[in-house]
Amino acid sequence: MEAFASHYSYFVTVLLMAAGLYIMIARGNLVKKLIGLSIFQTSVYLLYIAPGKLIGGTAPIVSQAYQVYSNPLPHVLILTAIVVGIATLALGLAIVVRIREAYGSIEEDEIIAADVGHGDRE
Amino acid sequence: MMAATVLAIIVQRNLFSVVVLAGVYSFLMATVLVALDAVDVAMTEASVGAGISTVLLLGALYLCGGEEAKPLSRPWLPLVVTLVIVAALVYGTLGLPAFSDPQAPIHTHVVPRYLTQALAETGVPNVVTAVLASYRGYDTLGETVVVFTAGIGVIALLRRRRRGKEDGK
Amino acid sequence: MRREPVLRVVGKLLIPYMLVFALYVQFHGDFSPGGGFQAGVITAAAIIFYALIFGLPAARRVVPEAVVEAMVALGVLIYMSVGFAGLALGGNYLDYFVLAHDPVHGQERGIFWVEIGVLVTVSGVMLKIFYVFAGRGRESGGG
Repeated sequence: MEAFASHYSYFVTVLLMAAGLYIMIARGNLVKKLIGLSIFQTSVYLLYIAPGKLIGGTAPIVSQAYQVYSNPLPHVLILTAIVVGIATLALGLAIVVRIREAYGSIEEDEIIAADVGHGDRE
Repeated sequence: MMAATVLAIIVQRNLFSVVVLAGVYSFLMATVLVALDAVDVAMTEASVGAGISTVLLLGALYLCGGEEAKPLSRPWLPLVVTLVIVAALVYGTLGLPAFSDPQAPIHTHVVPRYLTQALAETGVPNVVTAVLASYRGYDTLGETVVVFTAGIGVIALLRRRRRGKEDGK
Repeated sequence: MRREPVLRVVGKLLIPYMLVFALYVQFHGDFSPGGGFQAGVITAAAIIFYALIFGLPAARRVVPEAVVEAMVALGVLIYMSVGFAGLALGGNYLDYFVLAHDPVHGQERGIFWVEIGVLVTVSGVMLKIFYVFAGRGRESGGG
């Protein structure tokens, strides 16, 4: 039980990761898959930042009044990760818009059926 | 509360409400990040996740249609896969350092140097900005190039010819 | 939405403050949370807000497509030029301490220009993506 209290942040991370993963593999709508991907990414941010926090510390901005700071290195890495995540989301949405214009639908099953039908005819 | 939001996202089929819920989730995540002393990250997550991300998703929904079809009638395989992965991850995270352990490796290698030397070497009190722009400047260059690439990728995918009707170009 | 008086008035009051706040976040990023990325996103959000209230053609008049496309590339160019300036002045690529008369001022100058580069690229890309998404439906009549 003591392990539960000290590792609580990891359990939250794993829960969010599982939710994002489930949305990505169990739902057929492409836009919803992309939202699941972004949920997965935010859980990874939590995975990196939670171990950097020191109880009693403060934000890593150096000043005279504080001595203990939380770890700034994960913040830097995750800042980059957030921006890359939104770049991925934008490109993914652009591809979804093109798929919609080419196939008329953004449901995975309908797109695969249309592709199979088209392939048979060729 | 975040778990409730995520469950609502999974179950909801109206994509417009899913997008709004994703914005709510982003704000909750930003709040959690502030509680973890990650103020720069929280600001970026709030502005990017709840701001720009919502705008882009709404724009895409306007072009694509806003309702999700009925989900699979047999979602057992994805559920089983997810549960197996959850079990494996929980087993793995039990070996990681406990929350807020000052002796954890993350705190002992190069970070004390950043915290003590950043103000003296760069003249910038915000250690995150100093590390981002100076100590790890190459990474930030790479990230800026990634944003640039995403921009030109979207332009390449969705640019229109000004000629009038497009024919699948 | 152009004719709604409440939206127009609120928009005209808020948008200058949003832009000033973006500049504040950018330049105060040395002393408080902030920096190039957040400021770039807030700038893009201010102009998107204007486009939502006053219409896409009005926004295109204020910030033309050519300017946005130039901004996208200009930011990366600024960043790389800081690197090459370090190379030209005697240090390695992206060395800041050679940029001014003493290392600490060189670092500050380097960080300043690098963050400006990031601001320009991020706001340009976010705005361009919005223009592309919003402009597409209008021209094809709803897809």
